[in-house]
Amino acid sequence: MNPGLQHFLVIAAILFACGILCVITRRNAVGVLLGVELILNSANINLLSFSHFSSRTPVSQIDGHVFALFCIVLAALECAVALAIVMAIYRNFNKTIDMEDLTTLKE
Amino acid sequence: MNTIVYNILFYILAVMVMGSAGYVAISKNIVRCAFALVFTFVGVAGLFVLLSADFIAATQLLIYVGGTLVLILFAVMLSSRISDIRISNLSVGVIPGFLITGCFTAILVYIALFGQWNTTDTIEFNPTTASIGNSLLTKWLLPFEVVSILILASLIGAVVIARQNEGKK
Repeated sequence: MNPGLQHFLVIAAILFACGILCVITRRNAVGVLLGVELILNSANINLLSFSHFSSRTPVSQIDGHVFALFCIVLAALECAVALAIVMAIYRNFNKTIDMEDLTTLKE
Repeated sequence: MNTIVYNILFYILAVMVMGSAGYVAISKNIVRCAFALVFTFVGVAGLFVLLSADFIAATQLLIYVGGTLVLILFAVMLSSRISDIRISNLSVGVIPGFLITGCFTAILVYIALFGQWNTTDTIEFNPTTASIGNSLLTKWLLPFEVVSILILASLIGAVVIARQNEGKK
């Protein structure tokens, strides 16, 4: 069976599910960040598979590629800022990055 | 591209991506999670090549595997002592998590398989780097410049946040 649009969409859906599972069950803040990276990668797979299988002209195919490129750049920036926040939390919250302990904003 | 080679490559990459992503999601050891993420990213780059996105695949390898993942590994090594790794990566609410993501994935896969997608029959494999460069500097010039300002702002922000209390201590 030749891989078509559906195959890539199913792979992206499963990758997204793994990312969501990682985000909602992890207690380590870096682990949550790994899940976010998985989610952004699945979004990229979707963008590029629609660009490959559904674009009528070469120009619209390139539009999908540019969107994926911006998405990769934003993912890298998000990772840099989030890791800086994790490091600040580690320093200020008694050497822990457990998400269950980070409840200061609730009080 | 030869169809049989394409199919074999696709299924190998699919198994690699989904297996390592599942390992990232359920493993107890955060260092092993980070290294499994390497295989996920490399497999996704391979899928990008199969989707005729050669430049994006190279960017994925350079930025994710070369940059982001090294950063994450640094954070893992800095924030948790190696002996505490198993303790520091506990999970919470696993059964509700599996239920929610299971239902959600079922819906997503149903939509992906039975949706009426608007696909074309003429699928071409062309080199994309030159056209990406052209469209980045003509059609997408404004978002390109805005992203460069965003990069500057977020890098300065990351530095400021990371060394917040250095001066006081």
